[in-house]
Amino acid sequence: MMDQFFLGAAFVLTLLIAPTLFRIIVGPVILDRIMGGNMIGTKTTVLLLFIGQLYGDLEMFVDIALAYALLNFIATLGATKYFLRRQRVFFKDELLDQKKVES
Amino acid sequence: MMLVDLITVVLISMGLAFFALGVLGVLRFPDFFSRMHAAGKCDALAAVLVVLGFALYALGDLTFASVLVSLKIFLIAIFIFVASPTATHALVKTALLLGAKPWSRQEWQKRRTRK
Repeated sequence: MMDQFFLGAAFVLTLLIAPTLFRIIVGPVILDRIMGGNMIGTKTTVLLLFIGQLYGDLEMFVDIALAYALLNFIATLGATKYFLRRQRVFFKDELLDQKKVES
Repeated sequence: MMLVDLITVVLISMGLAFFALGVLGVLRFPDFFSRMHAAGKCDALAAVLVVLGFALYALGDLTFASVLVSLKIFLIAIFIFVASPTATHALVKTALLLGAKPWSRQEWQKRRTRK
């Protein structure tokens, strides 16, 4: 009974990852893509717990999920820091539309 | 035992609902700041809810090993609760310092009439 619920919940979570991938692919700003990666990382952390529960080996997958959460956080901060130091991000849509409105 | 199962199901279902709302907001909102608003808060709360449900379910029959696993899962929840807002803050700070313009209804209407 509970195993079926966990399987269904993991399936729903996997289905929710797909629309987030859309934002990574078409996101107008590079920061949108970083944000999408962060969201998928959070969902994967939770999904690893589901996988551990379904395989009956939770104490191993908990360690993997903890490491994945740490890695996701560090990766987001690193990418953000890079673009902050580079001082340049192309806000393509917003800038073009701004010029159109002003002219 | 039945009560623990029920609370777990409720927590995980609420977490999945918040995940779905966050994904909906990220897909539909018009500019970066509002998308960040949906992504940051919904993701943090949903992940913490699901992980807390797991921590409760892993408690099981209260042996030493299961309590240890539950404690570790609780540690994941605490870490997400600290780290997710920090990542959101770093992203929004970068966007603000690099000059992203927040969405406003006036400019949106102007743009629509111009087109």
